[in-house]
Amino acid sequence: MKAAPIQYLRAQSLAEVLAWYGKSGVRLLAGGQSLLASLAFRLSEPDTLLDISRVAELRGISRSADGGIRIGALTTHTHLGRDPLVRAHAPLLIEAIPLIAHPAIRNRGTIGGSLAYADPAAELPACCVALGASIITVSARGERRIPAAAFFTGLFETALADDELILAVETPAAAPGERTTILELARRNGDYAMAGLAARRSVDHLRLVFFGVGATPVDAREAAMALGVGPWSPAAIAAAQAALDRDLDPPEDVHGSPAFKRHLARILLGRALARLDPTPEAHPR
Amino acid sequence: MTSEIDVTLTVNGERITRRVEARRHLVDFLRLDLQLMGTRTGCEHGSCGACTVRIDGALARGCLVLAASLEGSTVDTIEGLSDSGEIRDLQEAFIARNATQCGYCTPGMLLTAADLLASAAIARVVPSREDIRDHISGNYCRCTGYQAIVDAVETVAKAREAAR
Repeated sequence: MKAAPIQYLRAQSLAEVLAWYGKSGVRLLAGGQSLLASLAFRLSEPDTLLDISRVAELRGISRSADGGIRIGALTTHTHLGRDPLVRAHAPLLIEAIPLIAHPAIRNRGTIGGSLAYADPAAELPACCVALGASIITVSARGERRIPAAAFFTGLFETALADDELILAVETPAAAPGERTTILELARRNGDYAMAGLAARRSVDHLRLVFFGVGATPVDAREAAMALGVGPWSPAAIAAAQAALDRDLDPPEDVHGSPAFKRHLARILLGRALARLDPTPEAHPR
Repeated sequence: MTSEIDVTLTVNGERITRRVEARRHLVDFLRLDLQLMGTRTGCEHGSCGACTVRIDGALARGCLVLAASLEGSTVDTIEGLSDSGEIRDLQEAFIARNATQCGYCTPGMLLTAADLLASAAIARVVPSREDIRDHISGNYCRCTGYQAIVDAVETVAKAREAAR
């Protein structure tokens, strides 16, 4: 199907974006890798597209004041996956990139677009929650800093106001001894996950964030509490897998039943813990 | 603000200016406005890969890009890659292995395979069959002739490595 007739505006600066955005019927166009498909299906019929893809203030990756990294909203998945700062300070994001769609889509899709679209099966929202990242937003009223855990409010819904856009994402500095991993189960390479898990273990904290099993990324606190930071005995792992039944309430979807999703989540947890276990012999070289 | 935009871009080395409807995606722009019929219209929502082109040197889905947004960009299509000779060995291997079959996915497959081989050459590695399958996983062949396509790409990957 073809998109409906539409108006098009190209912003050259953040000031222009802020002057034009927030009016009814205006949608932001960044990488367009989800938006253009929804326009083609006529699931979304804005009056006007405001093209922000050339706005310099939304670009770049740099060290942030607290020692973490700041990732501009327009950073493409391909760029993110190759960046040395990201590799050094947020390797979870590097590991996530090959799981996202296909090379041609990763070349244009952006981190800001992925977070703002808030697909419940997408990788980057779950990674941001697992890392304790902050979403930096901006509108004509000023900037806000929103913890990723509070940013995703429902199915394709976020804390963004109608006149507000994502400026950047900031991840905290990785703690010494921290280990992260992401894994997912999909029927074909590049498909959205049937279920996935982004996990982070530091010396004093374990965080398990599931995706594709709820309306938003789901922080599995009961399972994490049952585990602590390891090393983990088979009994502790089994207890955590059982605790997932209290953490997760997956809806039935095209991939299968809630019971099927719970099963996948238990499998993912077992595999993730094998990667994160702090016992040296658990990681044969 | 307007629903028609003047856009100037470079397509297969030629500088082109056209007035386009804002909703016009790049595949329709290539096929209907420029009469470049090599790039296919497939699913038109980013799933099938038949419309794969290069924008500013990077692989892209033509159906997920608005022509109006490409002011100043460089677009390369199967016609450009064919004329330059850049993928002659790939095209010959596709023919030798009967990897084209109905031909609908072929331009997108060739662009995607060329991208893999180019990045493998920079990294000085020979892609495995698994690497090839992973890289073309976003390009659907409805004849299901993947085996022959992987054979053809693997043949060229090895031949290019041997020639280095």
